[in-house]
Amino acid sequence: MSITIFIPRDAAALALGADGVAAAMAKEIAARGIPARIVRNGSRGMHWLEPLVEVDSGGARRAFGPVAPGDVASLFAAGFLDGDAHPLALGPTDAIPFLARQTRLTFARCGVTDPLSLDDYRRHDGLRGLEKAVAMAPEDIVREVTDSGLRGRGGAGFPTGIKWNTVRGAVAEQKYIVCNADEGDSGTFADRMIMEGDPFVLIEGMAIAGLAVGATKGFIYIRSEYPHAVAAMRAAILIARAEGILGPAVLGSGRGFDMEVRVGAGAYVCGEETSLLNSLEGKRGVVRAKPPLPALQGLFGKPTVVNNVISLASVPVILDKGAAYYKDFGMGRSRGTIPIQIAGNVKHAGLFETGFGLTLGEIIETIGGGTASGRPVKAVQVGGPLGAYFPPALFDTPFDYEAFAAKDGLIGHAGITVFDDSADMLKMARFAMEFCAVENCGKCTPCRIGSTRGVETLDKLALGIEPDASLALVTDLCNTMKFGSLCALGGFTPYPVMSALTHFPQDFVPRPAAVAAE
Amino acid sequence: MALQDPGPDAAAQTRNIIADMTHLEGPLLPMLHAVQAAFGHVPQEALPVIADTLNISNAEIHGVVSFYHDFRRAPAGRHVLKLCRAEACQSMGSEAVAAKLTALLGVRSGETSPDQAVTIEPVYCLGLCSCAPAALLDGEPIGRLDDERIVAIVERVRP
Repeated sequence: MSITIFIPRDAAALALGADGVAAAMAKEIAARGIPARIVRNGSRGMHWLEPLVEVDSGGARRAFGPVAPGDVASLFAAGFLDGDAHPLALGPTDAIPFLARQTRLTFARCGVTDPLSLDDYRRHDGLRGLEKAVAMAPEDIVREVTDSGLRGRGGAGFPTGIKWNTVRGAVAEQKYIVCNADEGDSGTFADRMIMEGDPFVLIEGMAIAGLAVGATKGFIYIRSEYPHAVAAMRAAILIARAEGILGPAVLGSGRGFDMEVRVGAGAYVCGEETSLLNSLEGKRGVVRAKPPLPALQGLFGKPTVVNNVISLASVPVILDKGAAYYKDFGMGRSRGTIPIQIAGNVKHAGLFETGFGLTLGEIIETIGGGTASGRPVKAVQVGGPLGAYFPPALFDTPFDYEAFAAKDGLIGHAGITVFDDSADMLKMARFAMEFCAVENCGKCTPCRIGSTRGVETLDKLALGIEPDASLALVTDLCNTMKFGSLCALGGFTPYPVMSALTHFPQDFVPRPAAVAAE
Repeated sequence: MALQDPGPDAAAQTRNIIADMTHLEGPLLPMLHAVQAAFGHVPQEALPVIADTLNISNAEIHGVVSFYHDFRRAPAGRHVLKLCRAEACQSMGSEAVAAKLTALLGVRSGETSPDQAVTIEPVYCLGLCSCAPAALLDGEPIGRLDDERIVAIVERVRP
């Protein structure tokens, strides 16, 4: 009987000591002469249990976690390869409630397979979408994606199929697929997890996009803060090319598509699509005015699809199982599934893929288990540094693009950062302005100057200098930034600032008085 | 970490490093990354060589190098500690962690210690938000920074 031990290679697992666990496991296996194989898989997304070790000894995969290198000897002593006697035993992995409650479409393989094994990928339904796509007319591929209701998972929520159709209809000798993997939003890590845990699904999605719009070249722009994702994608591309998935004839179809990885250089604004295109071209990552749309004049002036990692990684399952299958999940105009990333001060932090429609309260309290510190939740920021802070009073908001917009928020890239009652919302509002001041590209005045003035004014407010006038000025600055900025950096920085002001006014009263009251 | 003195032949070395990259579409960022990987920073001597190769002006390349936080104009310390300062890490006390680490290592955020042992760089998100506060020490991720892990970092920086 063959035994397989899975130990994740995901960066979050590594950050919690997975390499040490793997080394200790390999040593024990060798010392005991056990015919077991170690596979370094992706993460299942239950990061409070990382490093999560799984054993496949024939039946259902069984989980143990969180495992420290020092636990390895006792795991073997307790016979963990055959039974669940050890205190770290979690039982069958798929029955763990956090996993059992999910609908995993995009992340179906993440954490299950060896990320760089194409055999594993095929065995778990990989390449079925691309196999269908090579036999389809381009307009039919685009229609399938349009009918699925898939919207841009990077944050803007623009219908993916409509974007593709614009590029498909453009006439040019060269078109490009650009994957935006510049996942800079705090509280988000879905792109990183899929690139490290199932890189072939992104390659497959980009190849399908290439066939659909007539593009022969793709770029994945990955932020430099993700060295493990860069390595995994580069290795997977080499394998895919060697196996004929990429190259002059995709799956022997006679239609070509190839791609390469490009690494960013620490500029948050390059997550904005036009600034990303400038960066790829070797320029300063300065935002471009739209129009022209990148779909018509994008990379090197050519028609370009710019999509987020998760948008592209969701395409293979749509092609494989059909638009209707995917569209059946979700609510309202938010169709399909969304990988929600639960982060910050929360007990059960990790990635939870589900159809749209869960309420914020269910996500934080039921799935996330409340704060890690055990103190009450004060605020959650949804959608990264440009997303609004929501108080518990708004926890009945369903996770849906329109429902969040109606409450002056956004779901963005679906990251949720939880704060307990020790959070100082004036400080968080100031941080939002400071972040914008540091990271703005410099092109437009409302963003560049407004954020700097915003920091100064919030500092005055904290010191109790002209509080009424300062509050009015912050509100006015936010208004100017929201409506006058070229892109979402300046345009959305008002979301965290104004939501903090609106929902937590008690944090914006002059500080000396607050100290005296305690 | 790479930490070579660029020396008098930095220009010649740069020419070698970028020689097989000219066929790339949009080659400038890959070239700058390769130069930084070799020298530990982007030496001034490398810039005219790249500008000449790509037929762009020195001003243009200066604009690009200075735009991106990653490109260093001076050598970093022997170790580089990237400390996440973004919201998710803040929610788990990253401010206090940063204060402890800067005090224990004797260097301010964004600077290199006088003994060249370590450079601390603030970063805004490492994608390790589910195990905050997080850091990257010489490219290796470290999560849930507590006192024990802080001490381990200090011991690795100055054994």
